[in-house]
Amino acid sequence: MQATLSALAEPNRRQIVELLRRKPRAVGEIVDRLGLRQPQVSKHLRVLSDAGLVEARPVAQQRIYSLRAQPLKELDDWLKPYRRTWETRLDQLDEVLRDLKRQDKGKKDVHDK
Amino acid sequence: MTSSATTKVSLPSDTEILITREFDAPRDLVFKAMTDPNLIPRWWGPRNQTTTVDKMDVRPGGRWRFVMGAPDGTTSGFRGEYREVVAPERIVQTFEWEPMAGHISVETATLTERDGRTLLTVRSKFSSKEERDGMVASGMEAGLRETHDRFSELLAELRAGK
Repeated sequence: MQATLSALAEPNRRQIVELLRRKPRAVGEIVDRLGLRQPQVSKHLRVLSDAGLVEARPVAQQRIYSLRAQPLKELDDWLKPYRRTWETRLDQLDEVLRDLKRQDKGKKDVHDK
Repeated sequence: MTSSATTKVSLPSDTEILITREFDAPRDLVFKAMTDPNLIPRWWGPRNQTTTVDKMDVRPGGRWRFVMGAPDGTTSGFRGEYREVVAPERIVQTFEWEPMAGHISVETATLTERDGRTLLTVRSKFSSKEERDGMVASGMEAGLRETHDRFSELLAELRAGK
């Protein structure tokens, strides 16, 4: 968990994860998209790989990187109670807003008559 | 009633948490619901607890304090200070859970309206990654308490030999 969070604490690495979320990509493609130098990208990929967030497989002369679901799933599980607290709070706020809208409409209707 | 709207939680940096949610209401109304002390008890706390507004002085430098009461009678205080109040678009306030006094985060709530709908974003900024992670891990206390309640219920059921 901490390895996942540390790896994702760096903005460029989060961008790499975002890129790989859409599809697996070769290192060259990541370099082009991020506008970073190849050694930097390789370093970030190594950190992500050590944290188990990405894996590489060789295809022809290239290494294709893809995301591994497990650490992201763990991250999601870790966030779940916190998210649930906000979900409950904002669902209830939504209910209050519905009531306020109904009251506003009621007032307006009376006013219109 | 279940809502189809989704609450998104993300970690935009290592010291922040970002929450977003869209409401089918104009932002004046959302702002009112967020700043009216009479409405806070209806939405701020978990469903199985009561929320009492002890203090809520919505203006820069004003203090707020809410007390949550659990079914078992225990209470828990949350407090902070309003730093910025710009109706109906922004509220910046500090957030502190009293049993963990001194661990203060800063919450910036931003309301943007489009076609009569309002997007609420709440950005919580912590003084360090450890503080942020601690907050998430606690489930913001309330979530933890709900989990704890369920755990206690389960234990009671087991004891009763169900």
